[in-house]
Amino acid sequence: MKLWLARQRYLIDFTLASLARRKTRNLGLLFVYTVLVFMLASVTLYSHALRQEAARVLANSPEVIVQRMVAGRHDLIPPGYIEKIGRIRGVQTREARLWGYYYDAVTKANYTFMVPAQGAPAGGEIIVGPALERSRGLAKNNGISFRSYSGKLHTFVVADVLPQASELVSADLVLMSDESFRAFFDYPAGHYTDIALSVANPLEVRNVALKLAAALPDARPILREEVLRTYASIFDWREGIVLALLSAAILAFGILAWDKASGLSAEEKREIGILKAIGWETGDVISMKFWEGLLVSLTAFLLGFVAAYAHVFHFAASLFGPVLKGWAVLYPRFQLTPQIDGLQVATLFFFTVVPYAAAVLVPIWKAAITDPDSVMRG
Amino acid sequence: MIELSAIRKAFNQGRENEFWALDGIDLHIEAQKVTALRGPSGSGKTTLLTLVGCLARPTEGRVRLAGEDISGLPERFLTEIRRRRFGFVFQQFNLIKGLSALDNIILPAYPTGQPRKQLLERAEELLARLKLGHRRAAKVEWLSGGEQQRVAICRALINDPELLIADEPTANLDSHLAREFMAILEALAGDGRSILLSSHDPLVTGSEVVDRLVEMRDGRIVDDR
Repeated sequence: MKLWLARQRYLIDFTLASLARRKTRNLGLLFVYTVLVFMLASVTLYSHALRQEAARVLANSPEVIVQRMVAGRHDLIPPGYIEKIGRIRGVQTREARLWGYYYDAVTKANYTFMVPAQGAPAGGEIIVGPALERSRGLAKNNGISFRSYSGKLHTFVVADVLPQASELVSADLVLMSDESFRAFFDYPAGHYTDIALSVANPLEVRNVALKLAAALPDARPILREEVLRTYASIFDWREGIVLALLSAAILAFGILAWDKASGLSAEEKREIGILKAIGWETGDVISMKFWEGLLVSLTAFLLGFVAAYAHVFHFAASLFGPVLKGWAVLYPRFQLTPQIDGLQVATLFFFTVVPYAAAVLVPIWKAAITDPDSVMRG
Repeated sequence: MIELSAIRKAFNQGRENEFWALDGIDLHIEAQKVTALRGPSGSGKTTLLTLVGCLARPTEGRVRLAGEDISGLPERFLTEIRRRRFGFVFQQFNLIKGLSALDNIILPAYPTGQPRKQLLERAEELLARLKLGHRRAAKVEWLSGGEQQRVAICRALINDPELLIADEPTANLDSHLAREFMAILEALAGDGRSILLSSHDPLVTGSEVVDRLVEMRDGRIVDDR
C-alpha cells in the first residue's frame, strides 16, 4: 500500500509537470471546460434555488383554497357559503379572502390588489410591493391614484412597503383595507374572492378536499401541494427551455473538450514510448493520464461551480435570470438564499468529470499497449 | 549472463511485406564485459538490442537471463526485468522535453516508489560523476548534444542496472564528444558493469574498451571475436 501510494505520488508529480509543459493547450481546455460547467451549474443552481424560494414563501400559505365555479369559471363566493365549510371535520380555520388584479396603464403592468387577513392598512391607505415601489417611484406617505374599472379615480396613501425578502411573490402586491377594496372594485357586500382553509393534519388535506367537493359541488378546492407542484413544473419547464437554448453551445464546448482530451499529439505518443522503454508499466502510463484527466476536469468542475455559485447568489444570475425568473412585466429583484442540492452536484459531477476522464483514458490505453521497441527506431 | 539461442525475429509476419530482421542468432553475452555489435544499417543490430533489453519478444528462439527463459514472459514481467536489470541509452537520447536534467534522470525510478530523497541523492552522484552537476536544473532541450547524452547515461544508471544497452551511442556526436563518451564507457566498464552496444563507428568498435566485437549482416552473425 505504501509503495502504491509512493508510486501514485510520483505519477501525480509527473502529471503536474506534464500539464505545466503544455500550458497553452491545457489552460485552453480548462477554460472551455470551466465555461461548460459554469453554464450548466448556473442554470441548475438557479432553478433549484427558485423552487426552494417558492416553496419557502408558500410554506405559510393555506393548505386549501376554495373557489366557487360558475360555468367552469371562477366566480365570487356568495354570503353564507363559508358557514357550510365549518361543518367539515379536520378544518381548523377558514378565512374568506378578497383579492383581484388591476392593470396600471402607466407602468403597463398588472398589480395584485389584496386585503390581508391581519395588519390591513387603514381605509385610504395601501401597502405596496418592492417592484411597485421602484416602478412608480413610491415611498412611505406618498400619495398615488388609480383609476378603477368603473372609471372613478381613487387616491391612496402609501402606509408601508413590503420587505424585499418576499419579493419573488410580492413584487406587484398592493395591500388595502376591506372597505377600500370593495369601494375600488365595486365589490358586492358579503361576497369574497375565495376561501382559505387551514388543515392541521397534512394527511387529512386530501380527505378535506374530497369532502368539500361532495358538500359544495360548485366549488373547486386548490391544494397547496398542487400549487407547489405547479411552481416546480414552471421552473422545471423554464430550466428545460434555457438548457435547450444552451444545448448547441454546450454541445459545441463538449465536442471541443472531448476532441482536445481524446487526441494524443505525436509528442505525447513519443513520450509514452519512452516511458515504457525506461521501465514504466502500461498501468503506470494509464494511471498518469487518469490523474491528468481527473486534475483538469476536477479543477474545471470546482472553478465552474464556484463561478456559477457566485453568479447565481451574488450577481443575481444576470446571464440567465430574466428567462428563468419569468414574471409578467415587473421583474422582482431578490436575493436568493444559497441552496445546494447534493444530488444535483453529484449529477453535474457525473456528467462532466466522468466523460472527460473516459475521453482521456481511451486513446491513452491504445497508445500504452503498443510495444516499447518503437522508441529504439527513433 | 544472457544467452540467445536460435533467435529469429519477423516484422509484418504473414503479410506480403514480411521481413525477417534476425535469422538464427546464437549468442552468449558475458557479464562484466563490453560487447559491441557491428554491422551496416539493416543488419539487425538494433533489433537484437531490443530483444536482449526485453523491449520486444523474439518470433522464434529463446532468450535466457541468468539461466531463466524470459522470451515468453508477459509484458508486466518483462517491464519489471527491463526496469531493474537493464539501462538504455538511445541513439536519439529520447529525453522528455520540458523537464529538467534531474527530473529526466529519476524518471525510470518512479514506478519503484523509492523515497524521493534517496533517488535525488543517487541522481546527484551520477550527475557529479559525469560532470553535469551544474546543469541539473536546466531543461534538457537547452543542453548540448554531449550533455544530453550524459543525462541519458545517468538516466540509464539510476536503477543501478546489471547491463547497460547503448544503441549507436556516438551517431549524433562529433569526434571530440565521441571520445568523451568512450572515456565514460571505460570508467563504467572499470566498475565491472556489463555493457552491450551497437555501432558502426570505428572509434567505438576499434576501441580497446570493447572486449568483444560481434559482426552482423543480414540478420546473422558473421564474425565474433
